Amino acid sequence: MELIYAVLVQPFVDMYLDPLIFIETVIKGLMAGVLYSLVALGFVLIFKASGVFNFAQGVMALFAALTLTGIMEYMPDGLPKWLTVIVALGATVVIMILLAVIIERVVLRPLVNQELIILFMATLGLSYVLEGAGDLMWGSDVKVLDIGLPTDIWDIGGVYVEQLDVTAAIAAGSLVAVLAIFFTKTRIGRALRAVADDHQAALSVGISLQQIWVIVWSVAGIVALVAGIMWGSKSGVQFSLSLIALKALPVLILGGFTSIPGAIIGGLIIGLGEKVVEVFWYSVHGGAVENWFAFMLALAFLMFRPQGLFGDKIIERV
Amino acid sequence: MTAVEQETGAEQPILRVNNIEVIYDHVILVLKGVSLEVPRGGIVALLGGNGAGKTTTLKAISNLLKSERGEVTKGTIEFEGNPIQSMNPHNLVEQGVIQVMEGRHCFEHLTVEENLMTGAFTRGGDRAGIARDLEMVYNYFPRLRDRRTSLAGYTSGGEQQMVAIGRALMSRPKTILLDEPSMGLAPQLVEQIFEIVKKINEQEGVSILLAEQNTNVALRYAKYGYILESGRVVMEGDAESLRSNEDVKEFYLGISTGGRKSFRDVKHYRRRKRWLG
Repeated sequence: MELIYAVLVQPFVDMYLDPLIFIETVIKGLMAGVLYSLVALGFVLIFKASGVFNFAQGVMALFAALTLTGIMEYMPDGLPKWLTVIVALGATVVIMILLAVIIERVVLRPLVNQELIILFMATLGLSYVLEGAGDLMWGSDVKVLDIGLPTDIWDIGGVYVEQLDVTAAIAAGSLVAVLAIFFTKTRIGRALRAVADDHQAALSVGISLQQIWVIVWSVAGIVALVAGIMWGSKSGVQFSLSLIALKALPVLILGGFTSIPGAIIGGLIIGLGEKVVEVFWYSVHGGAVENWFAFMLALAFLMFRPQGLFGDKIIERV
Repeated sequence: MTAVEQETGAEQPILRVNNIEVIYDHVILVLKGVSLEVPRGGIVALLGGNGAGKTTTLKAISNLLKSERGEVTKGTIEFEGNPIQSMNPHNLVEQGVIQVMEGRHCFEHLTVEENLMTGAFTRGGDRAGIARDLEMVYNYFPRLRDRRTSLAGYTSGGEQQMVAIGRALMSRPKTILLDEPSMGLAPQLVEQIFEIVKKINEQEGVSILLAEQNTNVALRYAKYGYILESGRVVMEGDAESLRSNEDVKEFYLGISTGGRKSFRDVKHYRRRKRWLG
């Protein structure tokens, strides 16, 4: 009886009694969700275009953030901050694109026409290579990433909101908007979707798969960079960053592997869910829910709606 | 293309396949020396039953073989006099050779219009030209104009075939390799599609190499035909002469002049007359 009360009643009473904390928790959750979404977005892009589940997406975020901090460290001191940041960002983008070219040449091209599971294994290997390369190049200390994003805290009627979170939300939002336009309005975007639908047909109309793969991995690399910057600014650039890739997995199961809005909304639901459950159901579970909540939710989804919330419509003509 | 060009080019075929051999997976010999020619501005039919090698021949030309682990191991393929075996599909489409694959292969999650636009991929940013050609495709296939915003996956089989042909047309091809356009379509629709193909051939000057099992329809629209059997060309000739050939009639058109035969005779006849048996 007590348990039922604690699960079904008490949390909602708490929410009602202390609405400020509730709102704050919701905002915190959503903001954490945005970051999950950013990582999941990179997965979706590559999965859509090549059917490959890119295990290395999380490490790519880490690698991008490491590269960015590394380059900023090596920049001469006298320069104004904004110039340092812009140059370092530009250089990192170039490196991520180069990385995409190398991955296509060295990993994807030799494995063309192989089973998808083999490609998946290759990305698993890739994640270790990238982690090692990042370690080798920039060292394994936790680094502070400061590209001048606002870090103050707003006090809106008693609710505290971190400006960094808001920035992350805006960045994610604009990224999605840009990607949506890119996918529907441009020639390359259409070609990307065509490749996702039917490789053979895409080849037959002269779409070059190699070119498409380089583009899609570059875009995923840039998305990883944005994710890396946000995570890095929040909690420092460290190797545990690559573990967020694991959190992206339930996000994908929730949102559907092929849906960009799905990645965003899935991320938000998971971020929100784990924070709210953590805070308001504390007396039931005694804390540390954040580590497993997402996976439990994903498990429930796999049972009842395996294609996710926004998975590809399975087209069946009548 | 002007009439003068058409006339001077008439002697030299636009596409020449010279004794090619195709091997899949390094072991499976599928084509054992196929040669054929497509004259500029012509329609040529490639006939034969299931597994005769029609699709493989087309894919050897468009070089879609490589993605299926097939390989041209002997012979040459020339387009406008230049060898094209080593070109990838992207370059071939740029050169003007495009294949419309068997089974239509539309991009299901793209709208009809987006499908057509993907055909113009190799043309880059030529916006005005692409818009003009989109209009041209809609004029050939008015039905597609009405369905331009529907997802291709939700359109009918006939409409998908139109999308596939229209999509190829958007690349401004000189030669279309058309694989089994009649597959799974009602006879009336087949007729309609072939009429449009013929119109495209005449008005746009596009040469067409047509692989078909529907020998009857194919020989009515093509001027010349090749018959493939187990990876070899066993017969070729004008559409007219093929249509009146007794063997073609019996094996591919399903008409026989000799009246009813007893089963024993048929068996005997088949055994004796099987070209490569």
